[in-house]
Amino acid sequence: MDVTIRVQEGDFSLAEEYAKLTGRPEAGAVVAFVGSVRDVASGLASMTLEHYPGMTEKQLGKIVTEAGTRWPLSAVTLIHRVGELQLTEQIVLVLTVSAHRDAAFAANQFIMDYLKNEAPFWKKESTGAGEAWVEAKDSDAAALARWDAQ
Amino acid sequence: MTIRILYFARLRDVLRTGEEELALPEGTTLAGLVALLVARGGDWAAEFGGARVFRAAINQDMARPDDVIPAGAEVALFPPVTGG
Repeated sequence: MDVTIRVQEGDFSLAEEYAKLTGRPEAGAVVAFVGSVRDVASGLASMTLEHYPGMTEKQLGKIVTEAGTRWPLSAVTLIHRVGELQLTEQIVLVLTVSAHRDAAFAANQFIMDYLKNEAPFWKKESTGAGEAWVEAKDSDAAALARWDAQ
Repeated sequence: MTIRILYFARLRDVLRTGEEELALPEGTTLAGLVALLVARGGDWAAEFGGARVFRAAINQDMARPDDVIPAGAEVALFPPVTGG
């Protein structure tokens, strides 16, 4: 399995990352997920993403490795941005490549569900009223639980 | 033994520190460390001794309360994560 994991301040290009994964005779399916900054609090101006350098990369590596043991993946690209991000900017990219779509879809969702619960990133929202740390959601923990039964 | 403690995100803001070194008896568990922090009172007691949820890592792996902290470890305390 070819794995690319990056934590970076700068933006990423879905087209460029996708192009790097093409030309694989065994790859019948590529699933791409892009998460971006949305206006959850009304009046969101920007968001700052903090992380735990070192542990972040280690946790992302473990999550991708676990996905590789559960599904036959030939490649995974995982890019997560940190620092200040404006409304509508891209935050995270997950590309999963497999022979079949079922594995590519499932692995992509698995990686995002684990990332949301176990990768040490924290969001701080900035609105006209000031700054506030985002609280973790129960729905993210519930999304993770579904993978335990499998 | 001496360990290094890192605080992240909201916890760092509330506690007004991102990092400290602490001398602990050999064999101290994560729960033991947390009890020492709670004993400081004030914001420390409110964050680590009450209903607030926090997470911990030892040497960059997620840790549980009964995990023993190795000498020289990097312990991190942080709020539940919110990336993605």
